[in-house]
Amino acid sequence: MNEFIQHTINGLALGSIYALVALGYTMVFGVLQLINFAHGDIFMVGSFVGLYFIRWFMPNVEPSLLTTIIVILVAMVGSATVGVIIEKFAYRPLRKAPRINILITAIGVSLLLEYGGQLIFGASPQFFPDILPRKQIDLGGAIYLDSNQVTIFLVSFVLMLVLQFLVFKTQFGRAMRAISHSLETANLIGINVNKVILITFIIGSSLAGAAGVLYGVAYPKIDPLLGLLPGLKAFIAAVLGGIGNVTGAVIGAILLGLSETYVAGYISSTYRDALAFLILILVLLLRPAGLLGTKKIEKV
Amino acid sequence: METTLNVEGLQVNYGNVQALKGISFKVPKGKIVSLIGANGAGKTTTLKAISGNCKSAGVVVFNNHPITNKESFQLVAEGLIHCPEGRGVFPNLTVMENLQLGIVGRHSAKANFNKNLEECFVLFPRLKERINQIAGTLSGGEQQMLAIARALIGEPELLLLDEPSLGLAPLVVKLIFEIIVRINKDKGVTVLLVEQNAKQALKISNYAYVLETGKILLEGTGADLLNNDDVKKIYLGEH
Repeated sequence: MNEFIQHTINGLALGSIYALVALGYTMVFGVLQLINFAHGDIFMVGSFVGLYFIRWFMPNVEPSLLTTIIVILVAMVGSATVGVIIEKFAYRPLRKAPRINILITAIGVSLLLEYGGQLIFGASPQFFPDILPRKQIDLGGAIYLDSNQVTIFLVSFVLMLVLQFLVFKTQFGRAMRAISHSLETANLIGINVNKVILITFIIGSSLAGAAGVLYGVAYPKIDPLLGLLPGLKAFIAAVLGGIGNVTGAVIGAILLGLSETYVAGYISSTYRDALAFLILILVLLLRPAGLLGTKKIEKV
Repeated sequence: METTLNVEGLQVNYGNVQALKGISFKVPKGKIVSLIGANGAGKTTTLKAISGNCKSAGVVVFNNHPITNKESFQLVAEGLIHCPEGRGVFPNLTVMENLQLGIVGRHSAKANFNKNLEECFVLFPRLKERINQIAGTLSGGEQQMLAIARALIGEPELLLLDEPSLGLAPLVVKLIFEIIVRINKDKGVTVLLVEQNAKQALKISNYAYVLETGKILLEGTGADLLNNDDVKKIYLGEH
């Protein structure tokens, strides 16, 4: 039982990192019907922006929660900038092109970031400095709560609350959801579609940037290909929850994080990555619209 | 008389197909002007070209400013509001959220939102009852009312109405046309109406144009066209 609780705690922390990345996938898909394959790499950019910010501006800083929050904010700005550049120069010119063109462009941008990253940062892994004081909180019965996990969970939770507010309570959120139903009608009634799409990229990318720093805090070895696997898994989480559905992405990510830690804990950590893809295959077979997604019925 | 909208030589091409072959017409301030015609005549295309939703050639002048190929959100900000064809509401949003989007591009109407909302409830009491419902659960007529109400929330100077009677029951059609008249008379909104229901449209129009395969075939006051033999035969189904 104690082991189960420990796995659950670990799973929730992992799941909340996935959730932050999955939200970006799902939001961009909502407005553009585009799987933004470069999103995992925007997450990587967040990690590196965080790393270099610490190196250059606060090399001898004492680990503290405040430091962490500052680094997260800087990484969010960095990732958002990259997201904006990608949207403006890679995706916007293709707005009216066939969907396959923009999809291939997304893969191209992803490769550009990965190998451009190797060119700039080097291919070998770098150590992500400790910016958070590490404490193990003993919950009794050999269950430990790592202070990193608490921070990851809290930061993710706050960011998701802010996002929930933005999407469901503001004019921007209404416009975004309107575009996700019909870009054409949204344009027709006077929504500045390009502006809303740009803001969507800013929000999605900055969440990925925050996730990048949290990932560096939890797994302190980062390299330019870092975004590949977590990016894919966050994508699977978004599909599991129902792509385009904000609440679904969070639920899908938490479920994926939990299942991975259970598999790693009870069966073998060899299978943890395989499990994610098994889930993807099962969802596509059994419930292609995802847990919370709705089937789109085309009216003729 | 002041002209709200002046269209000259408007042309639209879809690939190699010329959908509008250079049409010209006027919408005087405070009037209802209709474009009638069969499917594929180019009615919806005309509205889309005016409201900045498809590329066009020719001259469109709104309130004495040329607006050809301006972006749609810029035109909404100036008060040229397009109420789209069929179910032009967002079915995934609530009725209230749909109405709130009425001011999304129209900054000058923001301050009057609550007042305009109350006025819309007077015109469409049904919407008030369903304010928190998801718009997709409304009936066809209610969705059309919502689309018109959303346009009115933005305080249009010129309202482009695309087929407001499409697919609605006869009683609802009658109600919708009564409401168009009220919007025009009581609120002084200039209306450019596109309709296949030629009879109803001509009845409420000050002036009308008959469109056929991208060209204007006939024009005249609503009453003239109602009595025109060709119009009677082709569009009103009378012999």
